[in-house]
Amino acid sequence: MNRSIVLATALTVAWSMPVAAQTKDANAEFEKFRAEMEESNPAELFELKGEELWKAKRGPKNISLAESCDLGQGVGKVEGAYVRAPRYFADADAVMDIERRIVWCMTEKQGFKFEDIAKKPFQGANDNNAPDITNLVTYVASGSKNMKFDMPLHDAKVRDAFETGKAMAAYRAGPYDFSCNTCHGADGKRIRMQNLPNLSTPEGALRGVLGWPGYRMTGGVMLTSQWRMNDCFRQQRFPEPKYASQAVTNLIAYMTGNANGQMYKGPGIKR
Amino acid sequence: MADPMKIRAQMKGDVAEIRILMSHAMETGQRKDAAGNTVPAHFIQSITIDVGGKRVVDGQTGTAISRNPVFGFKMKGAKAGDKVVVNWVDNKGDKRSDEATVA
Amino acid sequence: MEMNQTRRIVLRGAGSFGALSALIMAGVLKPTAAFAADWNKAAFEAKDTPAALKGLGAGSTADSKDLVLKVPDIAENGAVVPVDVISNIPNTTSIAILVDKNPTALSAQFSFANGAVPEVSARIKMGQTSLVKAVAKAGDKFYIAQKECKVTVGGCGG
Repeated sequence: MNRSIVLATALTVAWSMPVAAQTKDANAEFEKFRAEMEESNPAELFELKGEELWKAKRGPKNISLAESCDLGQGVGKVEGAYVRAPRYFADADAVMDIERRIVWCMTEKQGFKFEDIAKKPFQGANDNNAPDITNLVTYVASGSKNMKFDMPLHDAKVRDAFETGKAMAAYRAGPYDFSCNTCHGADGKRIRMQNLPNLSTPEGALRGVLGWPGYRMTGGVMLTSQWRMNDCFRQQRFPEPKYASQAVTNLIAYMTGNANGQMYKGPGIKR
Repeated sequence: MADPMKIRAQMKGDVAEIRILMSHAMETGQRKDAAGNTVPAHFIQSITIDVGGKRVVDGQTGTAISRNPVFGFKMKGAKAGDKVVVNWVDNKGDKRSDEATVA
Repeated sequence: MEMNQTRRIVLRGAGSFGALSALIMAGVLKPTAAFAADWNKAAFEAKDTPAALKGLGAGSTADSKDLVLKVPDIAENGAVVPVDVISNIPNTTSIAILVDKNPTALSAQFSFANGAVPEVSARIKMGQTSLVKAVAKAGDKFYIAQKECKVTVGGCGG
């Protein structure tokens, strides 16, 4: 009973025709300027920093990620790594998304402490600098610009992560009894002016993964897919997941798997 | 030390297109931080662009330029190989100079 | 060369250089704070468009169709509003961008020389829905174009 009232309020009250029409116009207007915004994206500033970090000898073991970190394409190889993850890494015996994998390399290869990275893994609004891990993810993602998503779903362990992520997306809980799918499991939903992608379809899943990591105009910060997943948990009033956890990788695997075969445009720009 | 700019300069026909990304907080002096204290104004005030040793753009900016500023300019008479030098100075005297080559 | 002269004329017109020097001498501004000694304080700190235009030396402006101002009808985010200004007015030497309802109206001013096309694209902050204005200087005349841009409030994380 409660559930249906909450949903009706959240999702259908704003569905009067004039508002829907207005939203359509507004979105057409946003689209006109999107290409220009993407053409010169401040995300490139974070790529630059990430590239420097990738190539620098760092950490207690004084070694660079370029000479020690295998993102699945060979040690140090960045090209194509982002669109071919999440994937299974035998050395870690885990399916990892790119951010989780870089964190693993930073701790296992460079000797950084996980707790130190996890202390502040995401850039706060108006923070002047993004954390190193965000710059690194942005650099690695830029190495997959204009490549097709090709997550190895044929790998049984990756398939497992995908299926678990799918189940998690449908899992309802929290004070509002929300699941990911409450907002992102059907066509035609929106919050205020934003249309919400249906992540169970190839088109919707692509919209979900495109543009991450992304430069967020609000606050002028660079944010990753890991941050985006965390924020969905927060918006659902779930406890936020532990940083770089398997749960988040699974959700990313669910979306990326559904987006497979479609073009990734590189780090994006978000409202 | 300010972070580097990213500069792209490319010939399109007889026009050189120059796109510049700058890394700067561009604080307006009106925002309050989490503790309720006003964050002091910190913003780029002056931007210059030299191409092939000549000053082509001389700009002044205020607090209303977006954080991590992005600018686009065009010029005639440039050619591939010309050096592009961009400078900015902010209200605290921080500055940055970066170069690119017209492609 | 020519640009420096233009700037000096603009500054003289605004009387801001004298005012700035006086502030430095009075110790109100540290020399470092006035680092860009030619930053047009009078224009940039003006609260409204008429005062900012006065600061730029633009006492009167004429509407011009040859001055093209592109801004979105609706901005997706007031923190980053793309603005393009293209002047097809012959002999344009500078372009300024103003937002009527911002706390200080003047966003930026650019002077062009040595082959620079009088054209600029920038991204600006808008506190609320407002008229956006472009002002171009050609010869000793100022021309203006304007367009309203609505600023919306946001939704979720995108």
